[in-house]
Amino acid sequence: MGKGDKGGIFQRLRRGLTKTQGLLIGGVDDLLRPGRGMDEALYQELEEVLIVADVGAEATRRLLEGIRRETKKQGMTDAHDILPLLRREVSEILRPYEAPLSIKGAGDGPFVVMVIGVNGVGKTTTIGKLAYRFTSQGKKVVVGAADTFRAAAIEQLEIWSDRAGAHFVKHGSGADPSAVAFDAVKAAQAKQYDLVFIDTAGRLHTKENLMEELKRIKRIVGRELPHAPHEILLVLDATTGQNAIVQARTFHQALGVTGIALAKLDGTAKGGIIVAIAQELGIPLRLVGVGEGIEDLQDFFAEVFVDALFSRAS
Amino acid sequence: MFETLTERLDQVFKKLKGRGKLTEKDIKDALREVRLALLEADVNYTVVKDFIARAEEKAAGQEVTKSLTPAQLVIKIVHQELITLMGGGENNSLKLSGPSPIPIMLVGLQGSGKTTTAGKLAGYLRDNKKRRPYLVPADPYRPAAIEQLKKLGESLGIDCYTPASGEDPLQTVAKVREQAREKDFDTLIFDTAGRLHIDEELMEELRAIKELMNPQEILLVADAMTGQDAVNVAKGFNDAVGITGIILTKLDGDARGGAALSIKAVTQRPIKFVGIGEKLDAWEVFHPDRMASRILGMGDVLSLIEKTQAAFDERQAEALEKKLRKDEFTLEDFRDQLLQIKKMGSLEDILGMIPGLGKLKGIKAFRPDEGQLVRLEAIVDSMTATERRIPRIINGSRRLRIAKGSGTTVQDVNRLLKQFSMTKKMLKQFNKRGGKGISPAMFAH
Repeated sequence: MGKGDKGGIFQRLRRGLTKTQGLLIGGVDDLLRPGRGMDEALYQELEEVLIVADVGAEATRRLLEGIRRETKKQGMTDAHDILPLLRREVSEILRPYEAPLSIKGAGDGPFVVMVIGVNGVGKTTTIGKLAYRFTSQGKKVVVGAADTFRAAAIEQLEIWSDRAGAHFVKHGSGADPSAVAFDAVKAAQAKQYDLVFIDTAGRLHTKENLMEELKRIKRIVGRELPHAPHEILLVLDATTGQNAIVQARTFHQALGVTGIALAKLDGTAKGGIIVAIAQELGIPLRLVGVGEGIEDLQDFFAEVFVDALFSRAS
Repeated sequence: MFETLTERLDQVFKKLKGRGKLTEKDIKDALREVRLALLEADVNYTVVKDFIARAEEKAAGQEVTKSLTPAQLVIKIVHQELITLMGGGENNSLKLSGPSPIPIMLVGLQGSGKTTTAGKLAGYLRDNKKRRPYLVPADPYRPAAIEQLKKLGESLGIDCYTPASGEDPLQTVAKVREQAREKDFDTLIFDTAGRLHIDEELMEELRAIKELMNPQEILLVADAMTGQDAVNVAKGFNDAVGITGIILTKLDGDARGGAALSIKAVTQRPIKFVGIGEKLDAWEVFHPDRMASRILGMGDVLSLIEKTQAAFDERQAEALEKKLRKDEFTLEDFRDQLLQIKKMGSLEDILGMIPGLGKLKGIKAFRPDEGQLVRLEAIVDSMTATERRIPRIINGSRRLRIAKGSGTTVQDVNRLLKQFSMTKKMLKQFNKRGGKGISPAMFAH
């Protein structure tokens, strides 16, 4: 996906935002109108904009401190000049982690992606879209159903996998997840496929049994294929608040997350929590989910994200 | 930096402790921390603003009495305001009167937990309300959504409607009533498709379903981890179909759950139930006072007591209490406790409800899963009576025999013995704390 797609995602995000007119608290454009001076009320309103976007109290405080320093240093007096400054600050936090998923570097064997996250964030859907992205590039893809826990999770993934034209590996419900992952990698090796996606059970990060299960999958995949899994992709839900950072931290400590996909950005949620996640954990930001269609998955671009964060219905 | 709301407020009030008077500055300082804590708990910005203003007003008008310290006074005010905001005192039971079958509709975003909730609600209505529920899948969009509800129905032993291929939700509504009457079901649980509150087309579909089936209850299923957007989601659904209540899911995680406050404030509809785990019986009636207590670090003692009551045999509990007091806790008691835990839900959930106990060291290491419980039972059963009473005599050769007898390994036996001694130690600590209001007697009633 090249930069040409930026218009696409931006329009999509915009469209989402347009639909929310009247729901959202007024955006920044209003409050930063030219001619307005810089007073305490202005900073309070900025705080509100950032917090309402789920940026978080602590990250917001840090951002606004930086802004105060800058405006003082540059001798700014017009509120209108603050917006470019604030945008730049946020972009600078995100840009270092703008890193699309690359499937190079797996050597001769398949590139293995293990997909993790709590319940209901959109792991299965994200795998479906990702598989489709690569099959339509002519890659041969295996999808392994290692969520053997949730009712009908296997069936749901199989439908997505079929839509994407991927090879599907499954065991029965309740089967050992690491055995499924093992078989998926084996199948990819035998048939010389390019990519393996392993779906895992969505369970709250506070359940240690789940973490052990995930570590086991990772270990067994790595034993079969050195350096695999090449990517441990954490899916976060854009509507989640401050708990997303706890999720990211917990999964990262347990497994070493190598990339983040932010799902459900097509609603009114802004997903501002990834600003705090980038600041604290510095995990590469790979993808954003912007709808339920199989093509509704885009590479993460800091600039586009910041646009959406600060823009409102026009 | 990222303490839970509970810990945060603990700190706030620690600062207040030991001072004689509650000055205006004290209130402001405390409430500034409360504000920050609430924002970090994902309570909506505007809701927090209102909350703080109200709390400040209340605190300013209060006189410091002799019976309460300033800290206790602030806790009381904040606690009371939280309860009020979350609907304390209002009726949050389901409306189940009217001609049969009574339709209940579940709505919400994708991934909020509607299908699991539908299963839990059906089980609750059957087991606690003597209803005959019928699960109705109305989600032709998400792959395998219907399959998921059917499977949940199967594991509960509750019937689930099967839509014809290509049947849309409106056709389902038309057909299902008749079927329900024929089969004598008195409650229909309608699991609608997850949708965005800004998806006009799908919201239109919800309105059409509502009109056709005229539900007694339209329940918004919301994820307790939701951030600031909770207000938009709640407002969106409420404006479109007029919800009658809220079910909060995934409260078993470590999210601070500020969404509960936000949604309640925006919709002014009662929160009726909370989902507290993956299992189909991990579900509770919502208690605003308990939730407020929990937020304020007073623990969820009441919920714990209710759960304990449901699962524990009273006489057994009394016997256990005596043993705890006398420090005579044996491996047999340990096994019995594990079996009780199996009935009560996960140990984590239970421990999380006891104030102060979640912080005790050593508890995290001890988390049996179901399979483990079966193995532990087998190991204890393979011991002699003397071994169970005096575990320290279990030497290497005895361990080997026990492992063989129970079909486990020596490592498993070792682990069990270690867990036993840890539990014993933990119970001792627990016993010592008994004097401070949390006593083992809790298990008795």
